[in-house]
Amino acid sequence: MKKIRALIVDDSSVMRKIVERSLRQAGIDLEEVREASNGAEALGMLKDGPVDLILCDINMPVMDGLEFVRQLQGADVAKGVPVVMITTEGSETHVVQALSCGARGYIRKPFTPDQVKEHVIPVLEAKQ
Amino acid sequence: MKSANELISPNGVPESWSALLELSVREVFEIMLGTKISAPPAENSVPSDFTAMVGLAGQLCGVLTVRCSSQSAVLMAATMLGMDPKQVGEQVFDALGEVCNMIAGNFKNKLTGVADHCMLSVPTVITGADFSFHSLADAGPLEFYFLFDGRPVQVALEIHS
Repeated sequence: MKKIRALIVDDSSVMRKIVERSLRQAGIDLEEVREASNGAEALGMLKDGPVDLILCDINMPVMDGLEFVRQLQGADVAKGVPVVMITTEGSETHVVQALSCGARGYIRKPFTPDQVKEHVIPVLEAKQ
Repeated sequence: MKSANELISPNGVPESWSALLELSVREVFEIMLGTKISAPPAENSVPSDFTAMVGLAGQLCGVLTVRCSSQSAVLMAATMLGMDPKQVGEQVFDALGEVCNMIAGNFKNKLTGVADHCMLSVPTVITGADFSFHSLADAGPLEFYFLFDGRPVQVALEIHS
């Protein structure tokens, strides 16, 4: 698998670091990692250039993860970029909402690197 | 999964919730910190250097708190981040808040029919023991005490019925 550029969106800087470490532990070769603390900041970062993968929390201030994924659908810069949600929200309603907004995967916190691998590798392979 | 509508214990909360809270705590520590938490200490021996709080609103209202010593809080952060405890610094607040947030989320996700109708607040972390905690909660609290790296930690859930 080629090196990827990832955007990690979470209002917790600790959680962003854990997600990045989990990606590396999952064997994903990261060329670049960008971090945003909410959906609005993430949308702004995408203007700096495309990414190959977005991992996104749901509960965040300013713009939550579901609204971010909705807004991504109309953005050229994010066309075809898979989004995987990583969140404490574990209800089926949230999963259905996220997937219907355009997310390709859903990981519930707490999570293991194996779960990250299980959900992220297939969406990256599908993209390639 | 357990239903929110089941036998109520004398403290006003369903009898199974205590075990579900303990399971929620164990899962967060085992999965995110790679640590098996050990037997509970005496209930009155937990230092309050750090107290993390997450509010719950909706079908389940209340507040979940995690109380521990500064050494425990720093070690939790260092373990989560895979770094030396001396390097943790201000990240201790974020890390302890996330631990509290994940326990609260994990707990509500185990209650059938509650997860969809219960929102979590942004975590708050208080340092120092010189404060009084006044909650509008009128049931519980559910409390779970355990040892993390040999030091006592308390998780408590106060519920507003």
